[in-house]
Amino acid sequence: MCNCVRLGTDEQVKKFEAVLEEYKGSPDNVMVVLQKTQGIFGYIPELSVKQISESIHVPESKIYGIITFYSQFTLTPKAKYNIDICLGTACFVLGANDVLEKIKTKLGVDVGEMTSDGKWIITSCRCLGCCGLAPAMTINGEVYGKMTVEKVDEILDSFTD
Amino acid sequence: MDYKELEKIKKKYIGEVNFRKNIAGANVEYKYDIMVCGGTGCRSCKSKVVQEKLEETIKAKGLEKDIKVHGVGCFGLCVNGPIVLIYPQDALYEKVSADDCEEIITELAQGKLVERLLHHEDGQSVEKRDDLKFCKKQRYIARNNSAFMSLENILGDYIALDGYSALYKVLTTMSQEDVIKCITDSGLRGRGGAGFLTGQKWEFTRIVDAPQKYVICNADEGDPGAFMDRSIIEGNPHAIIEAMAICGYAIGASRGVVYIRAEYPLAGERLTNAIAEAEKLGILGDNIFGTKFSFHLSIKYGAGAFVCGEETALMRSIEGNRGEPTLKPPYPATKGLYGCPTVINNVETLANVAQIINNGAEWFSAIGTENSKGTKVFALTGKINNSGLIELPMGTTIREIIYDIGGGIPNGKKFKAVQMGGPSGGCIPAEHLDTPIDYKNLNDLGSMMGSGGMIVVDEDTCMVDLAKFFLQFTRDESCGKCTPCRIGNKRILEILTKITEGKATMEDLDKLEELCEYVKSNSLCGLGQTSPNPVLSTLRYFRDEYVEHIVEHKCRAGVCKKLTKYTITDKCMGCSACSRQCPVGAITGEIKQKFNINQDKCIKCGKCFATCRFGAITKE
Repeated sequence: MCNCVRLGTDEQVKKFEAVLEEYKGSPDNVMVVLQKTQGIFGYIPELSVKQISESIHVPESKIYGIITFYSQFTLTPKAKYNIDICLGTACFVLGANDVLEKIKTKLGVDVGEMTSDGKWIITSCRCLGCCGLAPAMTINGEVYGKMTVEKVDEILDSFTD
Repeated sequence: MDYKELEKIKKKYIGEVNFRKNIAGANVEYKYDIMVCGGTGCRSCKSKVVQEKLEETIKAKGLEKDIKVHGVGCFGLCVNGPIVLIYPQDALYEKVSADDCEEIITELAQGKLVERLLHHEDGQSVEKRDDLKFCKKQRYIARNNSAFMSLENILGDYIALDGYSALYKVLTTMSQEDVIKCITDSGLRGRGGAGFLTGQKWEFTRIVDAPQKYVICNADEGDPGAFMDRSIIEGNPHAIIEAMAICGYAIGASRGVVYIRAEYPLAGERLTNAIAEAEKLGILGDNIFGTKFSFHLSIKYGAGAFVCGEETALMRSIEGNRGEPTLKPPYPATKGLYGCPTVINNVETLANVAQIINNGAEWFSAIGTENSKGTKVFALTGKINNSGLIELPMGTTIREIIYDIGGGIPNGKKFKAVQMGGPSGGCIPAEHLDTPIDYKNLNDLGSMMGSGGMIVVDEDTCMVDLAKFFLQFTRDESCGKCTPCRIGNKRILEILTKITEGKATMEDLDKLEELCEYVKSNSLCGLGQTSPNPVLSTLRYFRDEYVEHIVEHKCRAGVCKKLTKYTITDKCMGCSACSRQCPVGAITGEIKQKFNINQDKCIKCGKCFATCRFGAITKE
């Protein structure tokens, strides 16, 4: 591997190598490896794909096919905070789109885009399974239920760092 | 692990569960049990903090010997979370916060309840959980006992409530044929969508001779608006493990895989722990209960693809491929996972199995209607007062669900329709409210049971917009393998968009119907074969709304922005607040005189409407 470009921090690389070792030569587990890789780096670095390919014996092309098929996987680095807004039916009926519009206007980016300071990224998903709390969204995995346009400012502003 | 050990565990914990169930003679050394909901819904309302605070308060007051605190599985009334149950009173507190804990404990120490935290109906507090309108008509089979099991001792409590006794019974006293006959006779049908007879599915797999077979639990609950599977796994994971082992025995499979959505981390974690517990105890693994039967279970996580709920796509995904469906036949029963005969059952279906074995096929088939036996869990959401999970005998009418259990529509609005079956289903309008719910009736109405999502919509929802929402969903989720689904759905969506923008003609409506029929009859898998249903069913019952959009350029719900028209009436005081808010400068006028909106410039953002303090702006 070329030493000029680093995959991530030493700790991240160490964890990643451990994952490769664990699933060495088992093509069935390609999704597990990708999930773990994303768990370590926050995304799937392009460089890692080659290593995964060599280690678990799945062609790079197939790995790309899998990454692009499943909405969970991403090839771009993650922002500090990921707002995942649920656009499932219950949330939709109760006004999730208005909440999304408000967040988009507030942050000045569209769904799938990162703010220029790398702090926020907005993604949308289909049903978090919190329909009783619709409209719902998560910020880095923590659920915020019964969202309203009015609550957006307060919640986002509370992330001061 | 043998039967004696199972009995020993049962004996150890039966006092506690009987105490919670209020069964006479339950002998425990403490006085009260507090159960804090640990489902995803309540957890997101900080129920964990409440649980910790309760424990802290009890400790501070030195009441550890009198009051115990546990986590518990989802109770269903998610909208009012965090939910706390108090035993033996069987009271339900709702919207509990950490600030309430001091009062809860102080009162409970004297055997009293906090009245303000109880659920209120018609201005009256309801003391007993079962007296809640939300609970009265419910009957728990798939979600049986989950309110009595402590999350901290889930295996012990499950065994105390007869858990794994069905597996023991099957392994020691029943042949494979007996098990399948029992499940077939019970009339249990798949709860995940198509409603195929579970016993038959097992039989088709059993009769195939193969060295390796698989049992798969489909926990890829992708249908937006349904969350019963998540709740069952979070609250009662051992019921699924037991059922999968029973199925494994019946069809001759020694391996099982649970395919679970990555969006459900808590359910995955609880199931992983439960599997480890069961393995440790020897309930999973080699030679279970000293018999020849061995069963191993593993978990695979999905990665966010709706189509993976389709069984062939799901198996491809487990094998580590793109989740693209394949043609049937061959059916999974003959050629499934890794080419081996496979049974795929949904979570809720499996949750019924152990109880059918324990209570008999007749017990189960006595519940429900002619063609649909047992109960069904529904996720009641949308424009409804009591939104949450409910389990009801088949044959309950939609009216009972919406008005008696759901408590009607909020803010005095009018019921318009209920959407059932998710993106594959259809809506049911007010004139069919008295239909008893079963597989056949729903199909006849152009809807379907699906996984049991019930999304209530009121007069503020535009039916064309709702259909458009589902088509956006299926367009995004289509795997792209077959053309009718990949391109057809996109074209359907384009026509719908034209309609909502007032650009369509009546000819487009005919084209739309024709295209829907084409996509339905020519797509490869269940996704494409059902994706036009939301359009067809809204066309069937709300055609006039479509026509209104096209001919009169009017959206009666005021949802389709491009068709809304904002006008300033004579009530205008000339304050200029709206004109200062208008992002495109479409509002002009003189101070203290009536302002005007330039309709050509207006982008229908609605800011003026929201700003006006005098109600001088109308939206139509």
